[in-house]
Amino acid sequence: MEKPLTRNIKTDGSAASLEEYRRNGGYEGLRKALTSYAPVEIQQMVRESGLRGRGGAGFPTGIKWSFVPMGKDAPSPKYLVVNGDEMEPGTFKDRLLIEGDPHQLLEGVAISAYAIEARIAYIFLRGEYHVGAKRLRQAIAEAHEHGYLGEHILGSDFSLEVYLHTSAGRYICGEETALLNSLEGKRAIPRAKPPFPQTSGLFGKPTIVNNVETLCNIPHIVRNGAEWFKSLSRSRGDAGTKIYGVSGRVKRPGAWELPIGTTAREIIEEYAGGMQEGYRLKGFLPGGASTDFLLPEHLDLPLDFTSVGTAGSRLGTGTMILLDNRTCPVRMVLNLLRFFAQESCGWCTPCRDGLPWIVTLLNDLVEGKGRPEDLVTLEKMCTFLGPGHTFCALAPGAAAPLQSALKHFRADFERYLKPQIASGGLLHA
Amino acid sequence: MPDIHIDGKRYSVSADDNLLQACLSLGLDLPYFCWHPALGSVGACRQCAVIQYQNSEDDQGRIVMACMTPVAEGMRVSLENPTARAFRAQIIELLMSNHPHDCPVCEEGGECHLQDMTVMTGHTFRRYRGKKRTHRNQYLGPFINHEMNRCIACYRCVRFYRDYCGSRDLEVFAAHNHVYFGRHEDGILESEFSGNLVEVCPTGVFTDKTFSRHYTRKWDLQSAPSVCVHCGLGCNTSPGERYGSLRRIVNRYHGEINGYFLCDRGRFGYGFVNAASRIRQVTTKEGETLDEDSGWRRLQSLLAEAQGVIGIGSPRASLEANFALREAVGARHFHGGIADSEFACLRTVLEILETQPVRIASLREMERADAVLVLGEDVGNTAPRLALALRQAVRNRAFAIADRLQIPRWQDAAVREAAQREKTPLFCLGFAPTRLDDIATCSYRASPEELATFAFAVAHRIDPVAPTAEDLPSQLEGLAEEIATTLAAAKRPLIVSGVGAHSEILLKAAGQIARALSTRRAGRPTEVHFPVPECNSLGLALLEAGSLAAAFEAVELGLADTVIVLENDLYRRAQADLVDRFLERARNVIVIDHTLHETAKRADLVLPAATFAESEGTLVNSEGRAQRFFAVFEPTGGIQASWRWLGAGRWNHIDELTRAVADSVPSLRNIPQAAPGADFRIAEERIPRQPHRYSGRTAMVAHVHIHEPKPKVDEESPLAYSMEGAPLAPPAALLPFVWAPQWNSNQAIFKFQEEVNGPLAGGDPGVRLLEPGGSSGTWFSPPRFGEESRPGLRLVPLHHVFGSEEMSMFSPPIRERAPAPYLALHPEDAARFQLAAGDLVELGAHLRLTVCIVPRLAPGLAGIPVGLPSVSFAEVSSRYWLPKRGSAS
Amino acid sequence: MSLSPAEIEAIRHEASHYPEPSAAAIEALKIVQRERGWISDENLADIAALLSMSPAELEGVATFYNLIYRKPVGKKVIHYCDSVSCWMLGAEENRRHLEQRLGIGLGETSADGEYTLLPIVCLGACDRAPVMMIGEETYFQVDPRKLDEILGS
Repeated sequence: MEKPLTRNIKTDGSAASLEEYRRNGGYEGLRKALTSYAPVEIQQMVRESGLRGRGGAGFPTGIKWSFVPMGKDAPSPKYLVVNGDEMEPGTFKDRLLIEGDPHQLLEGVAISAYAIEARIAYIFLRGEYHVGAKRLRQAIAEAHEHGYLGEHILGSDFSLEVYLHTSAGRYICGEETALLNSLEGKRAIPRAKPPFPQTSGLFGKPTIVNNVETLCNIPHIVRNGAEWFKSLSRSRGDAGTKIYGVSGRVKRPGAWELPIGTTAREIIEEYAGGMQEGYRLKGFLPGGASTDFLLPEHLDLPLDFTSVGTAGSRLGTGTMILLDNRTCPVRMVLNLLRFFAQESCGWCTPCRDGLPWIVTLLNDLVEGKGRPEDLVTLEKMCTFLGPGHTFCALAPGAAAPLQSALKHFRADFERYLKPQIASGGLLHA
Repeated sequence: MPDIHIDGKRYSVSADDNLLQACLSLGLDLPYFCWHPALGSVGACRQCAVIQYQNSEDDQGRIVMACMTPVAEGMRVSLENPTARAFRAQIIELLMSNHPHDCPVCEEGGECHLQDMTVMTGHTFRRYRGKKRTHRNQYLGPFINHEMNRCIACYRCVRFYRDYCGSRDLEVFAAHNHVYFGRHEDGILESEFSGNLVEVCPTGVFTDKTFSRHYTRKWDLQSAPSVCVHCGLGCNTSPGERYGSLRRIVNRYHGEINGYFLCDRGRFGYGFVNAASRIRQVTTKEGETLDEDSGWRRLQSLLAEAQGVIGIGSPRASLEANFALREAVGARHFHGGIADSEFACLRTVLEILETQPVRIASLREMERADAVLVLGEDVGNTAPRLALALRQAVRNRAFAIADRLQIPRWQDAAVREAAQREKTPLFCLGFAPTRLDDIATCSYRASPEELATFAFAVAHRIDPVAPTAEDLPSQLEGLAEEIATTLAAAKRPLIVSGVGAHSEILLKAAGQIARALSTRRAGRPTEVHFPVPECNSLGLALLEAGSLAAAFEAVELGLADTVIVLENDLYRRAQADLVDRFLERARNVIVIDHTLHETAKRADLVLPAATFAESEGTLVNSEGRAQRFFAVFEPTGGIQASWRWLGAGRWNHIDELTRAVADSVPSLRNIPQAAPGADFRIAEERIPRQPHRYSGRTAMVAHVHIHEPKPKVDEESPLAYSMEGAPLAPPAALLPFVWAPQWNSNQAIFKFQEEVNGPLAGGDPGVRLLEPGGSSGTWFSPPRFGEESRPGLRLVPLHHVFGSEEMSMFSPPIRERAPAPYLALHPEDAARFQLAAGDLVELGAHLRLTVCIVPRLAPGLAGIPVGLPSVSFAEVSSRYWLPKRGSAS
Repeated sequence: MSLSPAEIEAIRHEASHYPEPSAAAIEALKIVQRERGWISDENLADIAALLSMSPAELEGVATFYNLIYRKPVGKKVIHYCDSVSCWMLGAEENRRHLEQRLGIGLGETSADGEYTLLPIVCLGACDRAPVMMIGEETYFQVDPRKLDEILGS
């Protein structure tokens, strides 16, 4: 089984050095891109590879790139922005890639910038990733020194400056347009789309924002070709590998690069070693906090964008959060919703004022102050916070676990309406 | 004009609109908060949700925000769909979750957009049981109250204040449901447009502090259509009165002038109407007070015994009042009552307007300019609302960029993002730093004469036929070339100058550029605007009055011994020693005015005049637009309109007088069209000044008399001092206030516009008097560069939005914002004359000023803050001032 | 000017990465905060001036981001992750332990000025939950015993 993304990543937590990276063919993709392909040919190749964004939304990367105006009449400068603002609760895959193999990311950045004719790239890294920042800074300096970045990369006409921007918090920065505002030194308020960043993005110029994992795939696609990339997958609709993760009450929580389309059961039972003694799986969020709960009956679902979507959830970031039988789903949802309410940017009404209301209702519920009609209100709020109703995807993401929990774990909610049972036997109760 | 289907009905809408704007233009009721007609859409509040259907088969549809949805041919939407209605009600419920239920003590109550929308969406029952978030309020200065707990986070305040006005001291802080709108610390809001926050805020976060002091509900205010009297732009206002005192001023929409916004001088400068300094009775020099009849008889006897009478009119009095004076004393004895240097400039303005190929752009038209030259006029201080229009004009490049990227112009945040700092060229040429410097392509500061020479050089570069001075310093050639090229390449170039600089040559230079541009543009008139300082400066100039110097001379030479001064304090017009002598030499001085000032104090007879709030009249603004203002309330005691003191018996009603003005002065022949006459009725009914919810009518004077008084019949206008009359939709010129069913706030305005942001239904009020008069004029001759250089410093007038205007300074909050008189010097000049900041210097015999060092003032100048109390507009007339070593103390 | 020459230099360097100096606002705040622990009003005004911003504009940015402190904090800030995976695996117990040990609640600074306790969202190491960040150091699989070791018992 090929593991292109993680093959250099060491178990001791140290970073792959430039030497180690090059030993495994590192920066060959960049050389190949610059010498053998025109920018649009790289775009075409990525499009054919079937790579979809690994940040959560799963938009086809090649198609995203194709909206960037190209050629000498295109607005200038154009920007490539790396979304390294990994903040979705339960998600820990980009940290692995950044800390473990920073040059892989830089090579991906260089090739992708070349593909869209960007001369400047910013890596937007969440502020808490101090180790990642240090390693990226060092890697950028090394890459400069060795001609992989800077003027006339590898002797070509292509030049690229890469700057590292470390953020100062706020989950909303992960939303690509909010990220752009943040990068401009503003409040991280999402922007209306259209216009899309490809036409008017950073500083009003054409911009591509890609997730860390997405970009890490690029060198391998260029080096090995679109067909190879497709062949990595176990799903027909999707291509490549995916870094899957599991957190919660399993024996060996962790992250593994696996063919996209690997089933949840394999990941949880084989890689994560199954549930800890005394715990049973009650449900799971397949791809981070903003995805809908799936149930044990979904364990054999291939974790690819289409299959998970069909089952009523989203692949999201591919990092699963497990709900066990001793954790109260209502309190878990309360924890999630508190997070989302707090991380709302404050721009649109449903999110800013709706999420705190949900938190109030859930809080009342677990404190035994809930009323039967509150559950109806909660359900209505979930619909109300649906996609398109809010300014960005934060609130619909927040509604996803709540809405699915209300559906799948209704009894757990209703139990709180009978206060005498409210504290019965559940963890954290 | 695409056709769209709304709830099954077909409508034609404007292709550039978003759906919300289209619905409102159709008169439909669709709730909204964050959208504002002048600010565009940002999609934040989610209140204007409607259902959009994919096609005629789609019966589910999906929720979209109308403000963020472009209209498209054949689109199908529903406002009434239950899902859409429920969504909108839910939004309100959320907004109300933190909103205090303090409507009874909230000053916004009764004209609160949030109240209106809450009622409109049907949210009546509170389900939210949580705690409300609370905030600390800030001190924001003398104009605005701050009550943050009421905030619903629509972001309009910062979008208006920061994005629209360009001021940078009001922001949004924190995140999620803790967002806070205010300053970074307590302090005075810097923007001279801060008062608009009162109207921009959809609820009671920002309220009018001056109104608080004598608060009355909107529905209890009596209003009339009025015109601001605090500068020459003629912004339309709606003043509100209760119990005989003027309570506040709010904006009255005019599509070509002020749109939705007023400056703070106009909004908060009304205090003189209520001030203790009001003249309310006829008084004599001896301190005797007379009743109205005795006063009138005294006036007649003074005039009868006079050996020659001259009249001094006023740029702050109506055309009718000035004309009545002119008729009373004879046209040859009628003088303008304006500082001579300013008067000469006004005449130059008229000359340019009448003989050069120019057209006065309205403020709305100015917003469409694609290249702007401001020459010598500090519009930020002399005509603030015009400066705000220029601030919008510089966004035209942003719109062009947005057009290229196919971003609709109403998509406010996206347009700003796409454009970054790209701006339409705006060249700011003046003496001192201006409020437009932050958006200016470049600013060049020099003396009036240097600026003029430079401008002539620009004209010559636009059209080589235009004569030029040959000695432009070489370092200025690049700039002259840049400005000339930019203006010549523009589709809608705009030239702004004005009389504020008191420099004729500067105005001529502006005219020269306009003429050159016209030649380059195949004779098409060039758009210009020349701000004038007072509400009727241009009207007075059109009345063809004599100069103030001639008036002084007439008395000095004994040609006249009696002077009637109409609504004028001569100490603002000429140097004090000259005025002293004039008033002493005249045997009888009669002052007709509403406010006691130095001239009135020295008068033999003072007759109490009505202010704009208690009388009717016509004013001509700097656009050349004649506009009618109407009495908001009846004057009390001996107060009457100035023209009545002068023309009683001659004209029975103002309409007769207006007609007489029109018949006598050709350039004013159209002024009766400014508004319908007193006999205008809608279905036999008058237009009520009071809302139909006006309360207490039967009890208002119960402390005086228990009988309900019969409302006074207004002989002068078609308005009624009553709540009864023709409901809704009067002609635009007669619209006292805006109200529509379900729309109690000022947002009701869309019900009175032909379309959102369009003219008021039936056309915006007023009549333009000065349309392009052809190009009978010739090129002006430029002076040589530095021709005028003389030893000493060139005195130049500096203006202050708060301070330079006479009447607004009677409002304590305005006075609080005014600077103390000073003399501005460039640091080099200060060093040259061994003066330091804080030194006292003397100008002439009367004026002592404190030196203030202004690094960005052009060298060689001494700036005088004209119009501040004790600093007359004539202080710069001596042109040059040589500080003597002894003059510092 | 409340900023040191080194800070000014570092801020100018960051600003050079962007077409607009104000784009470096967040970095600038972090540069100053790194040395001083927090951003005083005076610092804020000086940074704003350096970046051609008004104090209000910079304050709007500073107060938006939770890792910028506009009030003094302890020598080290303890950020304990309160997001879902850590919560399930004992974050609350750790918090209670910290509160007891340091004698402070959330958002407070210990009497000796050493520590400020703040919650933080998911730190991206959910496979090693519960996670905690003390200063710039991240600690994994934290429990009360381990906390005592870290804080030195």
